[in-house]
Amino acid sequence: MNKAISNYIETNQQRILSEWIDITRSTAEDRVLRLVSDQVFVGTSKEFIDLIISNIKDSNEEFESKLSDFAEKVVRLGWPLNFVTKGLHTFAQIVFEEMKKEGIVNQENQMELVYEFDNWVTPMNNEIVSVYSRTWERTVSLQKIALQELSAPLIPVFDGITVMPLVGTIDTERAKQIMENLLNGAAKHRSEVVLIDITGVPVVDTMVAHHIIQAADAVRLIGAKCMLVGIRPEIAQTIVNLGINLNQFTTKNTLKKGIEAALEITNRKIVEMEGEK
Amino acid sequence: MDIQSCVTIINEWDIVAARQLGRNVAKELGFGTVDQARITTAISELARNIYLYAGKGQICIDKLNENGKVGLRINAADSGPGISEIRQVMEDGYSTSGGLGAGLPGVKRLMDQFDIDSSPGNGTKIIATKWLR
Repeated sequence: MNKAISNYIETNQQRILSEWIDITRSTAEDRVLRLVSDQVFVGTSKEFIDLIISNIKDSNEEFESKLSDFAEKVVRLGWPLNFVTKGLHTFAQIVFEEMKKEGIVNQENQMELVYEFDNWVTPMNNEIVSVYSRTWERTVSLQKIALQELSAPLIPVFDGITVMPLVGTIDTERAKQIMENLLNGAAKHRSEVVLIDITGVPVVDTMVAHHIIQAADAVRLIGAKCMLVGIRPEIAQTIVNLGINLNQFTTKNTLKKGIEAALEITNRKIVEMEGEK
Repeated sequence: MDIQSCVTIINEWDIVAARQLGRNVAKELGFGTVDQARITTAISELARNIYLYAGKGQICIDKLNENGKVGLRINAADSGPGISEIRQVMEDGYSTSGGLGAGLPGVKRLMDQFDIDSSPGNGTKIIATKWLR
């Protein structure tokens, strides 16, 4: 790191910061500014400048831990990456312009200083991008795991009766899981009737229907009966329009009716107690 | 025809994005829940066809307003292998991927107008329209 640059930044820290905030605010997209309050914006900006300065002063390790903290925070705030990298670029530009104005940069050392600047900014830029993408990757993979956990639970409700409530979009990956959980669970709980509840499935297209039909066929093979419940009126209409044949299923519009029917199949029913208040 | 918005279909999640877009536009235009479900299902079928057979393509949603008639148009376009026997794929139960084979004929029944233009090597273009009643 060039001594001239670092000295200049350190002595003029305050001025550079306020100028940086002005420029950034005027050029930033509305989306970014709408996302955060003024206070948070100024606070985070200060932190960002501190970070850049820490790159000059502190050891590498310290800088890296600060940077990853910062990246995490920015990801949480929802600031776009290009906003941060642009911010860094703006910072370097301000410093360079100011130094030029004050005559620290002149014709002779210009090339050399540009080179120095590049050497200072580029690694920092790369580091920010890599930390940023790592943080995102982690967030995405955590969400994926979270999604998988709630993807296809099988719930035993009575002896021989189990329910699989499906919520959300069904893709190939999930369809596979549904099939697996359904078969394993049905065998484990010795289910006679398995109810698949699709109240929470927004769209039933031919692929989803196909997967459900396959799952039901497989359940039948292991000796249980499959019932499709939670068919909303609009879904019923689209299924008819699509020409999907669900004749081999017992279908009900609510889980409640499905459970009543399932109890009937297993020769039981729910009765109200008499003689109680 | 005025506003058009598009979703590029590359992976399975783009299918969700496309039908979300369709549902929002349908809601905006005042379609009821049944027609919303029809439109989103049609988009889902078309987007899945792109994903399965062409690998990459685009779904565009137009808002239509012709002589006071309001409608929604789905444009599905890809430059995949194309379809050689259009008559066959429009028949119920025909599938090359082991599916139900209800996709395209189903979309035709879900929507009011349906046009398909495809030949081997030239990709596939499908335009489907639903009018607000």
